Amino acid sequence: MHELRMELHSTDRAVKVDAVKKVIASMTVGKDVSMLFTDVLNCVQTGNIELKKLVYLYLINYSKTQPELTLLAVNTFVKDASDSNPLIRALAVRTMGCIRVDRITEYLCDPLSRALRDEDPYVRKTAAVCVAKLYDIAPDLVEERGFIEILHDLISDSNPSVVANGVAALSEIAESSGKDVMRITASVLQKLLAALNECTEWGQVFILDSLAKYTPADGREAEGIIERVTPRLQHANSAVVMSAVKVILSYMELMGSQNSDAIRALTRKLAPPLVTLLNSEPEIQYVALRNINLIVQKRPNILENEIKVFFCKYNDPIYVKMEKLEIIIKLVSEKNIDQVLLELKEYATEVDVDFVRKAVSAIGRCAVKLERAAERCIAVLLELIQTKVNYVVQEAVIVIKDVFRRYPNRYESIIATLCDNLDTLDEPLAKASMIWIIGEYAERIDNADELLETFLETFEEEDPAVQLQLLTATVKCFLKNPEDTQDMVQRVLDMATEESDNPDLRDRGFIYWRLLSTDPDAAKIVVLGDKPVIEDDTFKLEPALLNILIGQIATLSSIYHKPPDSFVVRRRAGLPTEEDDEDDEEDDDDEYDEEVRDSGAGGVDLLDMGGMSVNDHKQFTPTAPMTRVAGPEKAGGIEVFSGFVQEGGKIFMELEFSNVSAGQDISTFAIQLNKNAFGLSPANQQVIFQPPISPGSSGTTRVEMAMNPAMQVPTPNGQNVNPQIQVAIKNMHNNGVFYFAVNLNFECLFSADGEMEKTAFIEAWKSIDDRHELYATVSDLPADSTSIEDVQQKFAAYNIFFIARRPVPNAEGQEVVYFSMKSVHGMTFFAELTFKRGVNAAKVCLKTEATSYGGLAKSALESLLRGD
Amino acid sequence: MISRQYRDDVGRAAADSFRLQVVAAKETGTDAPIKRIENCSFLYTRHLNMYFVAMTRSNVNPALVFEYLFQLVKILKAYLGEEFDENAMRNNMTLIYELMDETMDFGYPQNCAVDVLRLYINLGNVKPQDEPEPSQLTSQITGAIDWRREGIRHKKNEVYIDVLESVNLLLSSTGSVLRNEVQGAVQMNTKLTGMPECKFGLNDKLVIDKDKGDGKQTVEIDDCTFHRCVRLGKFDADRTITFIPPDGEFELMHYRVTDNINLPFRVIPAVQEENNMTKVSINVKVIASFSDQLFATHVVIKIPVPKNTSKAKIKNSFGRAKYEPEQNAIVWRVKRFAGKAECIITADVDLMPMTRPKPWSRPPIQLEFQVPMFTASGVHVRFLRVYDKSGYHTNRWVRYITKAGNYQIRI
Repeated sequence: MHELRMELHSTDRAVKVDAVKKVIASMTVGKDVSMLFTDVLNCVQTGNIELKKLVYLYLINYSKTQPELTLLAVNTFVKDASDSNPLIRALAVRTMGCIRVDRITEYLCDPLSRALRDEDPYVRKTAAVCVAKLYDIAPDLVEERGFIEILHDLISDSNPSVVANGVAALSEIAESSGKDVMRITASVLQKLLAALNECTEWGQVFILDSLAKYTPADGREAEGIIERVTPRLQHANSAVVMSAVKVILSYMELMGSQNSDAIRALTRKLAPPLVTLLNSEPEIQYVALRNINLIVQKRPNILENEIKVFFCKYNDPIYVKMEKLEIIIKLVSEKNIDQVLLELKEYATEVDVDFVRKAVSAIGRCAVKLERAAERCIAVLLELIQTKVNYVVQEAVIVIKDVFRRYPNRYESIIATLCDNLDTLDEPLAKASMIWIIGEYAERIDNADELLETFLETFEEEDPAVQLQLLTATVKCFLKNPEDTQDMVQRVLDMATEESDNPDLRDRGFIYWRLLSTDPDAAKIVVLGDKPVIEDDTFKLEPALLNILIGQIATLSSIYHKPPDSFVVRRRAGLPTEEDDEDDEEDDDDEYDEEVRDSGAGGVDLLDMGGMSVNDHKQFTPTAPMTRVAGPEKAGGIEVFSGFVQEGGKIFMELEFSNVSAGQDISTFAIQLNKNAFGLSPANQQVIFQPPISPGSSGTTRVEMAMNPAMQVPTPNGQNVNPQIQVAIKNMHNNGVFYFAVNLNFECLFSADGEMEKTAFIEAWKSIDDRHELYATVSDLPADSTSIEDVQQKFAAYNIFFIARRPVPNAEGQEVVYFSMKSVHGMTFFAELTFKRGVNAAKVCLKTEATSYGGLAKSALESLLRGD
Repeated sequence: MISRQYRDDVGRAAADSFRLQVVAAKETGTDAPIKRIENCSFLYTRHLNMYFVAMTRSNVNPALVFEYLFQLVKILKAYLGEEFDENAMRNNMTLIYELMDETMDFGYPQNCAVDVLRLYINLGNVKPQDEPEPSQLTSQITGAIDWRREGIRHKKNEVYIDVLESVNLLLSSTGSVLRNEVQGAVQMNTKLTGMPECKFGLNDKLVIDKDKGDGKQTVEIDDCTFHRCVRLGKFDADRTITFIPPDGEFELMHYRVTDNINLPFRVIPAVQEENNMTKVSINVKVIASFSDQLFATHVVIKIPVPKNTSKAKIKNSFGRAKYEPEQNAIVWRVKRFAGKAECIITADVDLMPMTRPKPWSRPPIQLEFQVPMFTASGVHVRFLRVYDKSGYHTNRWVRYITKAGNYQIRI
């Protein structure tokens, strides 16, 4: 380090440059070289642009942790911003924008204002982007200084790159502020369209994307713009093509039906460029295919004759093949079904299991979609079943069930073939489907009862889905043929109601039992009644969602097929980020959302938990970090928040229910947990809200948790524990059941007897292999986590016990603190936290023998430090 | 290895979760190239064993992101060599930072033209000899014609045009065409003085029909895309291709043709599994259907065989054929395949007995070849006119070559 410092002060420029390069190299590999800050900064006083770039790079990286020192560079920035060399002027403006230190922004405004009017286009284009950067830190400043107006002027700049960046900056500000700063008027529109021809390829994308957000006044204007946009479909850059497609599709809606000729002409024009996209790199193909998936749902006729281009090449990547299959199913028709079936049959013999299964399932979906071709599809499925390939057979059985539901009593001749393959079935879904078929067609299968009997032997080991299906099928069988199956039905009802701890299964068992014992005729009506015929649109998107997504073509939203607000964490510019982070139920990522929490301002009570703020001075009471786990659409009109907390040595699951649209007062529920990695289960299944929650209000309650080893799912060695806990809640008012999953915040499991002797700690710490160490750096700590005393107190409230602290030798201002904790299961964890005075960040290092749980303990410490 | 944060809403920790979930999973090529982990979207592509990953929390344009990543890889190839690897990256870290800063600002791609970048960003301390004045440089970086610098001089004015076609074919085992198309590219190497205006013409059916035809064969082009130097508005209006070319090599256009394709090779396969999967008998006939004035080079015909092949007895009339276990195929190479020639290969393949017989997936036969002076689509260059103030004379050379793209025949 000393040597490096000497080199940085060298008078030889080459030595200096090399030294800065070495510093940057260390920074890149994650070494902390912030102590060289002033030395590196000194090097900036140079006319050498290469050296300047390097120093600025270093500055950007450390400005966050060294805001005070960064201010020393202000003079250089201001000076460089009026250098005679435009490259240096631009570099200064670009770098200043990247330094997010409040006091720098004050100094940024004047140079920026000059740069926006600089005679050199390179400086202007850099300044344009810098306005967007500034808006992100200080939106008020941007508005005060009139920068938005200047950006508007840049749209008609003579230089295409300046136009491009001006448009980009304006759209970004429009997006983040929610204000219409773009203000597209007739004259702005003309300017944008004119710039479209002159602009760089990226600029064309920015312009097209902002055009897509504009709504033309009428059909004629829409048509006029489309005409100017269509030439972009020929661009070599796929991003330009995709954005042009988006504009055209969105505007086509406005053209109205009276203009059907023009629409037909456009439809013809759109097909070739879409097909061409499929000749690009696989990544682009993937993007294109996800978008085409939406396009064919919205306007099937664009690609109706192009199904062949979606046939899979043998060496396409799997993810491309999967997407192509989806589109084939959407485009299949009476005209091309024979060809498609040949293709699908071909795919069903390939090697990739997932792809093969999807191909088999696709054949069934074709049958469901095209009545006149159903028979041919089934013939192919039967052929495939003859191959006896395990997963092919299982997938075929699953999809044949759907075919039966679509066309009741039409194809039962194939049941015999299916029954021949019972032994192959080992997956729950396939078994459940087969059992459903047996129950449904019990009267046509001679030995239906024997077949069910074989499944019943293993009833207790089966997956819940299979158990439910077995229960129903046996009851169906009994209703159709009471004499021979009396024993069997009795046995199933016993097993379901008495030996199972699955609430669904028990409930269904009891209902059947009561029906059968009181009114067998009613039972027949209920159990054997006609089921609604399934439709082929099962896989289509809702029209409302589809319309939103069409407007989102060429964005990530169109890849995920989800509206943007479901995954974009909205940030209000300039303010500490506010999270309205919705936990995504479908997302089974089993790690904590570290990054999202990262930006949360410490201790702010996001969910308005009333009186549970952790900011009460130095009085730390553990609180449950509540997350939204289910919305009203899933939970019968109730919005559910949940989290875990320990109090008085007991572990509670905290539940907050908001009665959004349940339609009545709600107070009584039953709860059941699926097996989980921690062996948690409710001590009492009843959940009562007192007072009852009336529509429009919300209530909180706690469910005590017990530790039950039988409820624990072992985690295989070397794997990380899944923190997810799956919960079923039954609404006792209407018997509706809903499910959600909540991640356990591990600190609630730290037990009060985790304190350790110093010597024992040291011994334990040393005995654990360094390879099992886990690291994390927590930055942007709230004020109450930067003082070691405060952290110590707060941790104590969570049973994280202080062992010792000591200053780090040779590193001024740095201190390490040791803690120990023990989970209620008896697993011990040891942590070393490093703090540095004046820096609001900490390093966490964690060691444990219970490696699978280590990640959770580490995350728990991190989130406590952050105060969320 | 190297990371540049353009915005501060994604941190380095996010990169770790990508490393754990994607890189460590090693499921290369099966997972989609866009992955969402903890509300952060990762868009990635690969070069050798390196991942180039873009991270974002916003609803970005994914095509734009990928196009930028491809551009970045292309730029790095230009600076560090086609096959640049981890070491090359590590040794040139500061250069890469510099390139990344210049080509992207706050998440918005900027000028990515390698020729222009080279003017002011270079390896080490070597300065380009003709480093332009800063103001001239900046107008170059931001200019309307950012792909060409001013004041270029060549002693001889020349243009080389290569029309490269690759034929994609997917034939079912019964011989019906499932998919067939030609992807063409027109590559140019221009050595022209000044800022010349070029006009280029193919035997595009739409253009020639309009001109009442000159009796020659025309081709129906389904779709084409152009280098950004081509004026798209003009093309849309009257299908003329006009442009000011970059200096040196570039791809002027790509096109796609699906009708009336002249397949250079016909393949008639007969592959049978015999004696309860202990033997496979193969008989494949290959016919070159192009003119006997021409010939194909680098012909490789890969005939797949089951994994448990023990030996293969092969008979073929010319070229060299052998069983290559690592490819699970009989690979037959012919250096020079004359037009109108016909050839048969037969093979008896013995299989090793397997304890658990698995059905053979019968992958398709694949062909590779090159046929010079032949275009499968029938496309040819009608003219290239160069206009420059000084009115110099330009020499033009045109070459054609057709290659196999995905040329597959199912068996």
